[in-house]
Amino acid sequence: MSEKLYSYTALFDTPNDIIHAAKTVTEKGYTKFDVNTPYPIHGMDAAMKLPPSKLGFVTLFAGLGGTALALLMMGWMMGIDYPIVIGGKPFFPLPAFIPITFEITVLLATLTTVGALLFFFFKLPNNRHPLHDTNYMKNVSSDKYGICIETEDPKFNAEEIKELFASLHASTIEPVYFDDDEVNFKVVVADPKFLGFLVAVALFVSLSAYLHLNKLLYIVPFSWMDEQEKIVVQKKNDLFDNGLGMQEPVQGSVARGFIPYPFKDKPEEAGKLLVNPLIPDKDNLEVGKNKYNIYCSPCHGYLAEGDSRLNDQFPNPPSLHSEKVRTWSDGRLYHVIVEGQNVMPSYSYQLSRQERWAVVNYLRVLQRSLNAKETDL
Amino acid sequence: MSSIDYTQERSVVEGRPPLRSLDEIISKPLDTKPDIKFYIALAITLTMLGIGAIGLAASLYWGTGLWGNNNPVGWGLPIVNFVFWIGIGHAGTLISAILFLFRQKWRTGIARFAEGMTIFAVITAMIFPIMHTGRPWLAAVYLLPYPNQHSLWVNFTSPLLWDVFAVSTYFTVSFVFWYIGLIPDFATLRDRTTHKIKKIIYSITSLGWRHSNRHWQNYELTYLILAGFATPLVLSVHTIVSFDFAVAILPGWHTTIFPPYFVAGAVFSGFAMVQNVLIFIRKIFNYEHIITLDTLEKMNKIILLTGMLVGYAYSMEFFMAWYSGVQPEVFAFMNRAFGDYWWAYWIMFSCNVFFPQLFWFKKIRRSIPIMFVLAVLVNVGMWFERFVITVTSLSRDYLPSSWAYFKPTLTDASLLIGSFGLFFTLVLLFTKSLPVISISEVKAVVDGSQPTHGEH
Repeated sequence: MSEKLYSYTALFDTPNDIIHAAKTVTEKGYTKFDVNTPYPIHGMDAAMKLPPSKLGFVTLFAGLGGTALALLMMGWMMGIDYPIVIGGKPFFPLPAFIPITFEITVLLATLTTVGALLFFFFKLPNNRHPLHDTNYMKNVSSDKYGICIETEDPKFNAEEIKELFASLHASTIEPVYFDDDEVNFKVVVADPKFLGFLVAVALFVSLSAYLHLNKLLYIVPFSWMDEQEKIVVQKKNDLFDNGLGMQEPVQGSVARGFIPYPFKDKPEEAGKLLVNPLIPDKDNLEVGKNKYNIYCSPCHGYLAEGDSRLNDQFPNPPSLHSEKVRTWSDGRLYHVIVEGQNVMPSYSYQLSRQERWAVVNYLRVLQRSLNAKETDL
Repeated sequence: MSSIDYTQERSVVEGRPPLRSLDEIISKPLDTKPDIKFYIALAITLTMLGIGAIGLAASLYWGTGLWGNNNPVGWGLPIVNFVFWIGIGHAGTLISAILFLFRQKWRTGIARFAEGMTIFAVITAMIFPIMHTGRPWLAAVYLLPYPNQHSLWVNFTSPLLWDVFAVSTYFTVSFVFWYIGLIPDFATLRDRTTHKIKKIIYSITSLGWRHSNRHWQNYELTYLILAGFATPLVLSVHTIVSFDFAVAILPGWHTTIFPPYFVAGAVFSGFAMVQNVLIFIRKIFNYEHIITLDTLEKMNKIILLTGMLVGYAYSMEFFMAWYSGVQPEVFAFMNRAFGDYWWAYWIMFSCNVFFPQLFWFKKIRRSIPIMFVLAVLVNVGMWFERFVITVTSLSRDYLPSSWAYFKPTLTDASLLIGSFGLFFTLVLLFTKSLPVISISEVKAVVDGSQPTHGEH
């Protein structure tokens, strides 16, 4: 126990005594004094001449702040940031906002008032006050009424105060000293333990916030088809050993509707074995003429004389009116269309089987027209 | 009989006990080891809580399909229980705030306990809507306005969201109010305990309160401000809960009488529950001179009053249905009283309207066994009131092809039992860990504790 005096205290047994004592001490001009009672005593504020509490202003401004905050928040969220028409109401439906505005007003006003009361007006928590753990405090928190004049009071004089208390019929008069702890206590911010605690709290808060927001609360918006069991282009396919997405067909398999051409690189056989299935008639000659004019005439010319409009830009094809070509069978001509010859490419992609034979028939018409016999006249 | 002096207010604490003995008797449950009766009571409530925990775990694992909720009756028992428990909570704030504003001194003995019950009832209530969201681990995402990845805000024009704000504000404000009241008591306990660990705990929770009058002045103002806020708040909470129903267009729900009717019903059921529990507390802990028979009688008068308000609302609903001439409304109310759920309706009506009329008799108001039974019946009736409102209207909506009968399942029952288990477990733990009567407030109303003005 240090020798530094904090205050002189007196205990009284009845509420009337303490009111009287408080009045007298106030009248004597003491200012740094306090009355401690187990419950609020009626009329004590007047006896101590305490000015009215200013706490009401805190409540007023916190409440108005809550009202404004709630209206601004809802107005911005529902009217500006993401306006939605709900029930045909305006974007700022004031009547519908009133319940939440009221709740937030009450919440903010209450919490601010209590916070201001405890931490700003009372400067609590404070367990290092000299009055704690004294005989005086133990009595006033149960059934005695105490008054306490601090040494900081400009009129403080231990002897005078003792006499004053005695004249007021105090049951106990005793001095209260500062605790050593209280006198020597200093807040050390740079304490490694404290800093370590701060770091631990920061780590814990950030980690749990991260996990909470990114793992626990994360919802993929409309994830219905994000994850699919399917083969993706340019990606390895795990279903087969060779890792290919598109598998190669089994050897010898034939595509639907496809008939293989058995005379590849065998023009003589084709000429012998292939038979023209079309009897030349008006319909297929029309088709043959049409296709010939589209695909063949650019090089061979409209009359198959090898004098086309691409003359001199490509090697000129020979005339199809030569003795050789005229004596070729239909199958041999067909083979040239399918496989191409010299510079001429295959036309099997442009012309279907029917169309190829139709073109052959049309070619025969051309040949006959330019090399007509007398019997044809 | 006629010798009572009505010019003198009767003391709310009998027999002028010395203040120090009040400290002792109120802190006795905290200083003594619990006896066998406490453990038996705790075993019962923990068993109920365990049954509820099984139902809760099953609902979490297999989902809400375990409940009886079906297509038209989507709300079912969870919402019934939610409204019931929120209602129970209303008595606490009414006693601590509204009766404080009306300067009713008899509230001091029961205020702390009633406030505690408010907090426990709201905790119990909040479980149900959170479970009813289906994915309770995401409830915060559904309910709170936060910048989410859909960049979509919650709907501030929906009564369901008003509910979120009302209930959470109510819980926070009730808790703060409760704690503010506890601070001087913690200081008293701190100064009288000799136990080292208790001393540390009470030092922390009392925040170093010094019973200073310069503090009392602001403290009393804060208490008044909080009471001033809590009064409209408590009225707003059940009003908003009733909006959940009244803003819908369902016949039987879409009525303007709902807010006052719900608030009256909430106070009605809350007082019945507080009265029930206090009957045990005053007996077990010998608080008969602090929680007096007069106090219980006054509570019974409030139960009688609110019971008649509720009865008036029941009748007025029928009148309005007939007077409006709206066919679905008429059908909805005829269906309530005489349809599939006639049994629930008449349980509700008799428990809430007929039986409380017995409180007109002074002898019954002052007879502890009878008042206990009547208050139990009130809570049975009030639970059925929420059942009737929620289920009958939903099961017979506008579209007859979707009508269906709602039957609660075993899981529903286990959740209801568990909610009672949770509530009473919290109440029991409260009686052994905190002063159930406000020490500083009771001291202030004992005879002779206030100065006699003008004599000195």
